[in-house]
Amino acid sequence: MSDANLFEQQRANRRRSAILVTVFLLFFAWIGFGGDLIFYLQTTGVPDEASRDSYRHVIPWFGICATLLAAAMAWWGWKRGSKEILWATGAWELIEPSRPAENVLVNVVEEMAIASGLPRPTIWIVPDKDPNAFATGTDVAEAHVAVTEGLLDALTRDELQGVIAHEMAHVRNYDVKLMTLLAALVGVMALIADGTRRFIWYGGGRRRGGGGGGKKGGGGALVAILLIAWVFSILLAPIVSRVLALGVSRKREFLADATAAQFTRNPAALASALRKVEDASGPTKSIKQGTAHLCIADPIGRRLTHKEGRIANLLATHPPMAVRIARLKAMAYQYDKTGKIPEAV
Amino acid sequence: MFMTWVFLALIVGAIVWAVSAYNKLIALKGETINAWKQIDVQLKRRHDLIPNLVEAVKGAMEFERGTLEEVIQARNQAVKIQADTLPTGGVKQLAAAEAALSSALGRLNVVVERYPDLKATSNVGQLQEELTSTENRVSFARQLYNDTATTYNVKQQQFPWNMIAGFAKAETVELWEITDEKEREVPKVDLSMKPKQ
Repeated sequence: MSDANLFEQQRANRRRSAILVTVFLLFFAWIGFGGDLIFYLQTTGVPDEASRDSYRHVIPWFGICATLLAAAMAWWGWKRGSKEILWATGAWELIEPSRPAENVLVNVVEEMAIASGLPRPTIWIVPDKDPNAFATGTDVAEAHVAVTEGLLDALTRDELQGVIAHEMAHVRNYDVKLMTLLAALVGVMALIADGTRRFIWYGGGRRRGGGGGGKKGGGGALVAILLIAWVFSILLAPIVSRVLALGVSRKREFLADATAAQFTRNPAALASALRKVEDASGPTKSIKQGTAHLCIADPIGRRLTHKEGRIANLLATHPPMAVRIARLKAMAYQYDKTGKIPEAV
Repeated sequence: MFMTWVFLALIVGAIVWAVSAYNKLIALKGETINAWKQIDVQLKRRHDLIPNLVEAVKGAMEFERGTLEEVIQARNQAVKIQADTLPTGGVKQLAAAEAALSSALGRLNVVVERYPDLKATSNVGQLQEELTSTENRVSFARQLYNDTATTYNVKQQQFPWNMIAGFAKAETVELWEITDEKEREVPKVDLSMKPKQ
């Protein structure tokens, strides 16, 4: 990838991160202030000098609280997202290598740091027998690369080098920040939506049962429309955010594969590493669904990544492995013939 | 009056350009020197590792003296050349010395493979891993250096820039090219076990 392309890619990723945070904040503002508006319209009929148990909702407390909460969470995700992700997988930081395989890992990471011209990231090991790897971090100076124990056992040195190069490519393209942020926000979104859904179903049901009728608020139709839109956005948010996360990550995998080939000049090794990772049977248990899009190979939806097609494309975090391997093999062939790695686009 | 202003504007424009061009050249020079330092560090690491490896295998390979001595000689030669090599001069000689060292090491590795016990019982395996890693680092650092140095070289020779190059004390730097075809060759294995002359 030429410098101009790289710069363009980094800028696009920074922009996407900003858009992501904005949309996140707007969503919470809508949930909060929308709720306020519905409540306000419902209670406009209540006279000012009402008794204690009738309340008129004037100050949009929900909106203010929800927006502040969202801002706090976005900030938290930005600052601490990578640590939380590592913590969630149960990874431990490799500082002093104690066995030959760990020694090789440290060496390979340092080699790739030189090849990519980046500072050396911290290295983490996930205690899981299934081969997989991911990168996270807030920027190039504070990046983390994590591999599973299974990966160390399964791959040769050259293959490991390919995988690490792929992760370093994510770091260099500024993918890690966007994807870490995405993981944190998607996680929060799912949690909140889950809670709200429960509240609406159970809480709402109770109120209906309690027979709180007789509210003759202004603008009945408007309230109904608002309420429907409001409930729908809460119900759909987790699905939309998940699909968004998947879409964002899928495109990046090809680019990271190509960049990795540029770093190592050995696309065939990465291809054979991907083949091994793909052939490993079990799912990576320590990697939860919210962080699936960070990994080199989809830790859960293995079956989906075998297929091509519209639904598979929509739901898979990664492009079909066969396509990735085929592209890498084509690169290896071209490198053999011409001595040049094709430019990543 | 008008012409004076145009003239002044042109001069100011030229000065602004010259300053930014100067700074850009200085920045490129810094990057090139930095890239060179990367190579330097890795070469030093390589040179420091070799005596350890030789020490570790010496006892078991008493009758392979020739191979060992070749490695030591190539290493000492490389150390001597590295001491007074700068990006602006001597890169070629250093590249050749390192290539010779690489092929000597390749031969040693082939010999070490004949002693499975050696790898299993001592830290020879670990030393070999360190050397492999160092070789990789040298070649990745070389990629980075060559890319940076090429940008620097091209920039300082292009037309308006070359007028500034003198002020910025920019000099063409040498690229680290593998001129020695030996480095690409597969090391030949002598299985006859005859002592070398």
